[in-house]
Amino acid sequence: MSRTNTLPDFKNTPVIDQVGVEERVARFTTRSIKKSSKGQALKMILNMIDLTTLEGKDTEGKVKQMCYKAVHLHDVIPNLPTVAAVCVYPSMVKIAKDALKGSSVKVASVATAFPSGQSTHDVKIADTKFAVDNGADEIDMVISRGEFLSGNYNFVFDEIASIKEACGTARLKVIFETGELSTLDNVRRASEIAMAAGADFIKTSTGKISPAATMPVTLVMLEAIRDYYYKTGRMVGMKPAGGISTSKAAIHYLVMVRETLGGAWLSNEWFRFGASSLANDVLMQIAKEASGVYQSIDYFSKD
Amino acid sequence: MTKKTKQPSLDFKTDWAYAPALEDTKHISLKKQYDLFIDGEFVKPHSKKYFATYNPATEQKLADIAEADQTDVNKAVSAARKAFEKWSKISASERGKYIYRIARLMQERAREFSVIETLDGGKPIRESRDIDIPLAANHFFYYAGWADKLEYAFPNRNPKPLGVAGQIIPWNFPLLMAAWKIAPALATGNTVVLKPAESTSLTALKLAELIRDSGLPNGVVNIVTGAGSTGAAIVNHPDINKIAFTGSTDVGKLIQKSIAGTSKKLTLELGGKAANIIFDDAPIDQAVEGIINGIFFNQGHVCCAGSRLFIQEGVADVVIRKLKDRMETLIVGDPLDKNTDIGAINSKEQLSKINKYITIGKNEGAEMYQSSCALPTKGYFCRPTLFLNASQSHRIVQEEIFGPVLTIQTFRTIEEVIEKANNIPYGLSAGVWTDKGSKIFNLTSKLRAGVVWANTYNKFDPTSPFGGYKESGFGREGGLHGLMPYLTF
Repeated sequence: MSRTNTLPDFKNTPVIDQVGVEERVARFTTRSIKKSSKGQALKMILNMIDLTTLEGKDTEGKVKQMCYKAVHLHDVIPNLPTVAAVCVYPSMVKIAKDALKGSSVKVASVATAFPSGQSTHDVKIADTKFAVDNGADEIDMVISRGEFLSGNYNFVFDEIASIKEACGTARLKVIFETGELSTLDNVRRASEIAMAAGADFIKTSTGKISPAATMPVTLVMLEAIRDYYYKTGRMVGMKPAGGISTSKAAIHYLVMVRETLGGAWLSNEWFRFGASSLANDVLMQIAKEASGVYQSIDYFSKD
Repeated sequence: MTKKTKQPSLDFKTDWAYAPALEDTKHISLKKQYDLFIDGEFVKPHSKKYFATYNPATEQKLADIAEADQTDVNKAVSAARKAFEKWSKISASERGKYIYRIARLMQERAREFSVIETLDGGKPIRESRDIDIPLAANHFFYYAGWADKLEYAFPNRNPKPLGVAGQIIPWNFPLLMAAWKIAPALATGNTVVLKPAESTSLTALKLAELIRDSGLPNGVVNIVTGAGSTGAAIVNHPDINKIAFTGSTDVGKLIQKSIAGTSKKLTLELGGKAANIIFDDAPIDQAVEGIINGIFFNQGHVCCAGSRLFIQEGVADVVIRKLKDRMETLIVGDPLDKNTDIGAINSKEQLSKINKYITIGKNEGAEMYQSSCALPTKGYFCRPTLFLNASQSHRIVQEEIFGPVLTIQTFRTIEEVIEKANNIPYGLSAGVWTDKGSKIFNLTSKLRAGVVWANTYNKFDPTSPFGGYKESGFGREGGLHGLMPYLTF
């Protein structure tokens, strides 16, 4: 039986004009989101957050407290959504899974020698399987940026494909670490490789490198998702991570998703924010919308 | 044979709608009636006649505007002549200071100017706030800097002012065009009689108030309002040394005829029908954005609008598909809403002209496509419109529509697109989209257009000269070149 090769030529991906991308992004930030549309956006944002702790000093206690916060964001205000997921290292997956039992909050785990990805294939597969076996619903892998920048696109493709296989039913998010990719052309190329290799989500950054998520980078990835959807009909999710800490910035991202991909992507099934401090800023805004005044930051739990 | 499959499509109708975000109008001050600004004060028109100016988004009257006749124009010209004697002789750095002051005052009052520009002309507040008003102030800042450096701009040529400049401006960028005209004239030591377009006089009159407040010597800038006959009185006035006109090619031709045989200097900035050219190696998503900015900026009321789109055949399908998706996200509506992308058509006459061309396009057999957005029930509005499969011989391709209507043609080779792009009586501007630098340089030297934008569109800057070829006019405004039409050597 013959199969048609549907793999794109990764050396020949669409070109990106950075100046044009920045202008388009500037247009999104001039949208004025007020009143009812702001209230709606804030709740949407909460429900799209991957509440994250990825530190060497993470402990069982820290992760448990964060998981409680994930479900009980601010019980003073009724009818708040939960966050989408918590994101932890593989060693903490079991703890998070137990802590979140009975809730709809997912457990995401970084894997594949996060954040550098500098390890062997076998270690990366084992890392992924360990997280999945411990109950991770989602795996956030990193690509091998060194191989990518040397032009070994097939290596990067194969690695993503084999991690996807190791994920089983867990959804795979592929982190590019765009702060190390240097150009938007490279961001576009990495997006095409990851989607063709089976990524369920593409994600900007680990949060360990600056710059992390930016609007231009995210726009290029959203446009890649759109083109892939045009071609294949398969929806791929998007997760900007790191550096988005204010409600205002997050709303700009939602505007960008809405006007690039349309309403179908405006749920946590297809769009996530990787963030640790965003939730409290959003809660502060929601409280302000209700009462008309800003409250002290000490009214919001830091977990 | 092509396989027919149902294509996945994006849906931009979402549960998350943008709530109205109206710009406040309480801070502006508008009088019920505006007189003529002559010799530093507001004076009643000789004829005692006034005409109404309307908000095209609501069809409501905003104010009454004085109609200047021959007597009023005579008064304005003699005030300008008298002022010229002093203005041309004060020190150049002093002149610069006055112009800087106008620029700063304009920045201080930017919010009021933006709102009034939007009320009177129908353009979205986003554009008047972010483009028109800041750019107008920048023109004054830029030319203020030249005032005392003319000797360096034109070394050993002994530049001298001309005298009184008569300036007639259009309704599409009312304050910005006033700035383009007044700033270089003042910097070079000339005095001015300016006539704004009759449907959009308000910001020019607010500018007159600002100029009065700035302490500029009386008579240096005079602003007379009215329609065509007022313009004709300026053009034919024997004591005017220079005419600067921006507007339609038809009127430009009339002006050129009427000043033939006189010693008046002339610059004309007229119509256009620009080619926006997308090559198959272009950054496609950014090119689509450039197409949108090229034709839908200011409701398409832009003389340099990219109104003829040429797409290389290999990427035609994908560009058109993306263009249609992008059009679905354009918000047409209340110009005062900060989220509005496309505001009101400037006047009833202009809307019926656009609609006439849309009918012509349909009759000519081009395939029309419009976005599905809702239009307000009151006011003059037009959906963003494409004409696919247009031909070079279609009238909608050859004639300037001056509205949000884009014709789309495909091409195969670079020679073909150059020939088609130049095959038009106009030559104001063009756009080229390609990733290849050498292709850009090849095209910029072969396109008969005054401005060629590469991988961008509708970019304006006071430092950059602007003007046309062929029936798009002659003379340059902006930059160092913009000083020359106001000088004799």
